[in-house]
Amino acid sequence: MTVTILTPTDEHKVAAHDGLWMSAVNAEKVTGWTLKPEGMCRDERCVPLPPNAVKRGEVDVEAFWQKLGGPVLASREGDVWALGAPAEERNAALEGLQAPDFTLPDVDGVSRTLSELKGKKVFLVTWASW
Amino acid sequence: MWQTLYDELKDKGFMVVAVAEESRGAEHARPWIEQSNSTYWQLIDTEHRLSDLYNLVNVPQAVWIDETGVIVRPPETAGSTDHFRRMNLETRTMSPEDQAARLAARQAYLDAVRDWVNTGKHALAADAARAEMPKVTPEIAEARARFRLGVWLRDHGRTTEGDRQMDIASNLHPESWSMRRQAADLQDVGKASGPDFWKRVQALGDRPYYPAPKL
Repeated sequence: MTVTILTPTDEHKVAAHDGLWMSAVNAEKVTGWTLKPEGMCRDERCVPLPPNAVKRGEVDVEAFWQKLGGPVLASREGDVWALGAPAEERNAALEGLQAPDFTLPDVDGVSRTLSELKGKKVFLVTWASW
Repeated sequence: MWQTLYDELKDKGFMVVAVAEESRGAEHARPWIEQSNSTYWQLIDTEHRLSDLYNLVNVPQAVWIDETGVIVRPPETAGSTDHFRRMNLETRTMSPEDQAARLAARQAYLDAVRDWVNTGKHALAADAARAEMPKVTPEIAEARARFRLGVWLRDHGRTTEGDRQMDIASNLHPESWSMRRQAADLQDVGKASGPDFWKRVQALGDRPYYPAPKL
């Protein structure tokens, strides 16, 4: 079946079965991690997969994401999933003090990215109507 | 709200980025944005992505970022105070003393931003900034993912299931006023400031709703 997977910044529609078993290509598209003999790898880092989380070129993304320490949630029907950022990843980024970059639209849909403002002091502030 | 400050400081390498934590979307936020006549960035964050990235719990909270992209003040209350808690709920008014104190606190905060831009004052050294950074727990991480799932489900007509996810999220991360109040607002505009909100504010007792910035 086709499932919708929500990551902290993206939304993907991919083919998956028995939860989040999917091709290595789709696993990379969704997670940004590449299947290699030593595990799932991104940049210089590789995370070994549990032995039962890879089979015939397919990856159990649910098991991998939990190994990373990230939350994995599913809708009741199993058609929509959310992969949350691992707490440790968020803490490491914030303790590094480099302002996490983001891209968000303005009210007319024009995308703005924080890092475009390098060279300026930025007062980043939230509000809401509620 | 920040336009005067921005006008005053924009020629000194200063920028304001105001982010609406607004799951109802751009059209819901538009009247406020147009009324503010702002020339700084006004961005729409339907999934509360900023709260996830910066571990925010309420609005308004601000983060100060220097010219090199380094956080020099971690998330803190941006000019609001707890005086509203003593408001007369029937007349929706505050005492003159509270109104004055509230205004003075706001001015002090704006002055601190001015001082930072003009002289660098109030920028924390790395160790101090790190020490003030709120920690993300596994419960908070799960709450963020559930909140995101809840917003998506609601957005796709699956209201009951979405509400349930958002409710679990709020219970996992009870310090987040933004999650709970956004969820209430999605159910009914105005519900975020309804009886349940006031009951929860009262239950804070001596604890602050808007912790004062440590300037």
